[in-house]
This record gives sequence, C-alpha cells and structure tokens, in this order.
Amino acid sequence: MNIKLLDTGCPNCQKLEENVKKAIAELKMEASVEKITDIEEIVSYGAMSMPTLVIGEKIMTSGRIPDVEELKAIFSK
Amino acid sequence: MNIFYPIQLFSNWFTSTILEIAPEEHLAEVINFFIFDTIKIFLLLIVIIFTVSIIRSFLPPEKIRTILSHDKKYVGNILASLLGIITPFCSCSAVPLFLGFVQAGVPLGTTFSFLVASPMINEVALVLLFGLFGWKIALLYIISGLIIAIFSGIVIGHLKVENLVEEFAYKNKFNGQLQLPKMTWKERRKYAKNYTWDIIKKVWPYIIIGVGIGAWIHGYVPTDFLAQYAGADKWYAVPLAVLIGIPLYSNAAGIIPLVSALTEKGVALGTTLAFMMAVTALSLPEFMILKKVMKIKLILIFASVVGVGIIFTGYLFNWILN
Repeated sequence: MNIKLLDTGCPNCQKLEENVKKAIAELKMEASVEKITDIEEIVSYGAMSMPTLVIGEKIMTSGRIPDVEELKAIFSK
Repeated sequence: MNIFYPIQLFSNWFTSTILEIAPEEHLAEVINFFIFDTIKIFLLLIVIIFTVSIIRSFLPPEKIRTILSHDKKYVGNILASLLGIITPFCSCSAVPLFLGFVQAGVPLGTTFSFLVASPMINEVALVLLFGLFGWKIALLYIISGLIIAIFSGIVIGHLKVENLVEEFAYKNKFNGQLQLPKMTWKERRKYAKNYTWDIIKKVWPYIIIGVGIGAWIHGYVPTDFLAQYAGADKWYAVPLAVLIGIPLYSNAAGIIPLVSALTEKGVALGTTLAFMMAVTALSLPEFMILKKVMKIKLILIFASVVGVGIIFTGYLFNWILN
C-alpha cells in the first residue's frame, strides 16, 4: 500500500504521521509512507486543509487527525 | 435571569466558605472574579467550539471554494467574509488554502476577504468577548470585523494586484473533480470533540494567566487609572494599539481577558477593539508563510489596507461610544 501524507510542516501534520506509523505497526502490514512537502504538489491533489491523507491518489481524510483506530479501519479496507 | 448565576453562586461560596476570605477584602473580589470568569469561559468554549466544529464538518474549504468561485464581485466578498467566520485558520493551511482558491478561479479580492475574516472572527475570540464584555460588544466586533473583511477584499480586488501573486499559483491546476471523503455523524462528532479538546489544550494556560492578571487589575488598579494614558481623547492610542497587536497573534486567548480589565480601568473601548482586531487579523507568522505565494509588496498592501480599516474602526467607536 502506498500512503501519502500532504504535509506543510505543521504540528498536526506530525501527529498524523505518528498515528499512521502506529497503525501500520499494529496491523503489521506492508506499506510505504511518503511525505509530500512540496507546496505545488500538495495543491495538485486539490486538498486545502492540512493534514491530508492520500491512498492511491485518493483523499481519505483532510483537515483533521484521524486516530489510530480509524486509520486501521481505513487501511484494512 | 442570568444563566451564569449558578457559577456566581459557586464562586461566592468557594471564596467565602472554602478559602475563608471576607467579602470586603480586595483579595476576595480578585479570587471571586477569577473563579467566575475562568469557569464561565471554559464552559462557553466547550459549547461554542463543539457546535461550530459540527457546522464546519459540513463546509470544508473545498466546498467553500466551489461556492465562492461562482459568485459575482461584491456578493463574493460578503459570502467569503461570512464563511470565514466558521472556518478555522491554522497558519499551516494558509498557503494551500490561498492557492486552492486562486486556482479554482476565486477572484483575488474575494480570497482576501476570506483571509481577513477567517482569523479575525474566530470562535475563541468570540467566546472571550461574549464572556468578558457581553453580547453587545461581541456583536459589534463581528459586524465591524465583517465590514473590514468585505471592504479590504473589495479594495484589494480593485487594485489589480494579480501580478504580485507568484506565477506558479496560476499554473498547476489540479486535475479533475475532487472527491472528498464523506463523513458519518459519528465521525463528525468525533472530529468536533477532538477539535474542541485540541483548542482547549492549546489555549488554557493563556486564558488562566490572562484572567488571573485581569482579575488582579480588576481588584487592585484604581478605576480610570489608564484613562489619562489611553482614554478616548488620546489620538495616538488607536494606532499604537494596532502596532502592538501585530506580533501578538499566538497569545490572542490570553490577551482578551487582559484587555477586558484594561478597558475597565479607562482604556477607550474603540482602542480595545482595534487592539484585538490587530492581534487576530494581522499576524507576523502568517505574513512570513504567505511570502511563499505572494510578493512582499502584496503582503504590505494587505497589511496596510486591513490596518487602516482597523484604525478607522477604532476611532469610529471611540467617537460614537463617548
């Protein structure tokens, strides 16, 4: 699974990254986490609130920090 | 009947029975004031932030952008300012928000109306204004904030400053329709709960310190002590207040309790309102971040237009309310 985090370097973005890593570890799944920090690339996804979680080019959550349980549910779909 | 009456009873009881301070003492007044205000503000914060977050979960910026990209000039400015009220403004989203608006064809003037209203009219400031100054002043703040946001946007729109936005903002259009995930009610409630908690966690020390110092001033500084320095007849008070307000953004939560006490001691209300608007609407860190997408000249224009609007509002209220 290819997980992308759109990240402008804010504290909320870091928190999402932590939660994502925890969820991956708890599910013991194979996944790559890529942080998109280039502003032009972030905008190309159409997302306007940070942090945004993208899986397979699709926005899963935007502008909020899903907790580990919710992330696990998203990843297991 | 005042809905905060039970809190007043509690703080009276706590001060006189638990702490055993005689009601005539200055200290009793200070502590009473502190307990009452702190409880009231935190209750209001929880209720208001939660409610606004639920509303907001229906109106993400992506939806607002779609609404604003259809609208005509002045209607757009008005709508943008109104929508700015419920949108939180985190400086980490400022750049994607700005670019997203511009790329979707939202006029620059409309975008600026939104950029002014969003941080200036926020729920934390409103709760504090309502809790400490009463609903009339809170309403006055909302209305004048809206007018400043609408007019600043219109003025910037007329200045034709599109060339001062970095070029890449107009390229790199995102492809196709955006599919935002649908939220269930459970997710909305959770979002609102987490958001409320996050905000409270962030602002509580400032509020406690602000209310604490405010309570001390309330009890110990003589009434009208400050009128001789910052009363309505002092012309320099308003611009000075605005200048001091610019670097204070992150502490807005602590500043409002403080200025409420200062107003009581003679600082003119127009000056206070101008100061609070400068604290929330003109923020140095936000300017630094916006430098990524616009030329310094545009940031200066933006700051000056809003600054002049705020100073004008300050004078106006000092004049009317005197």
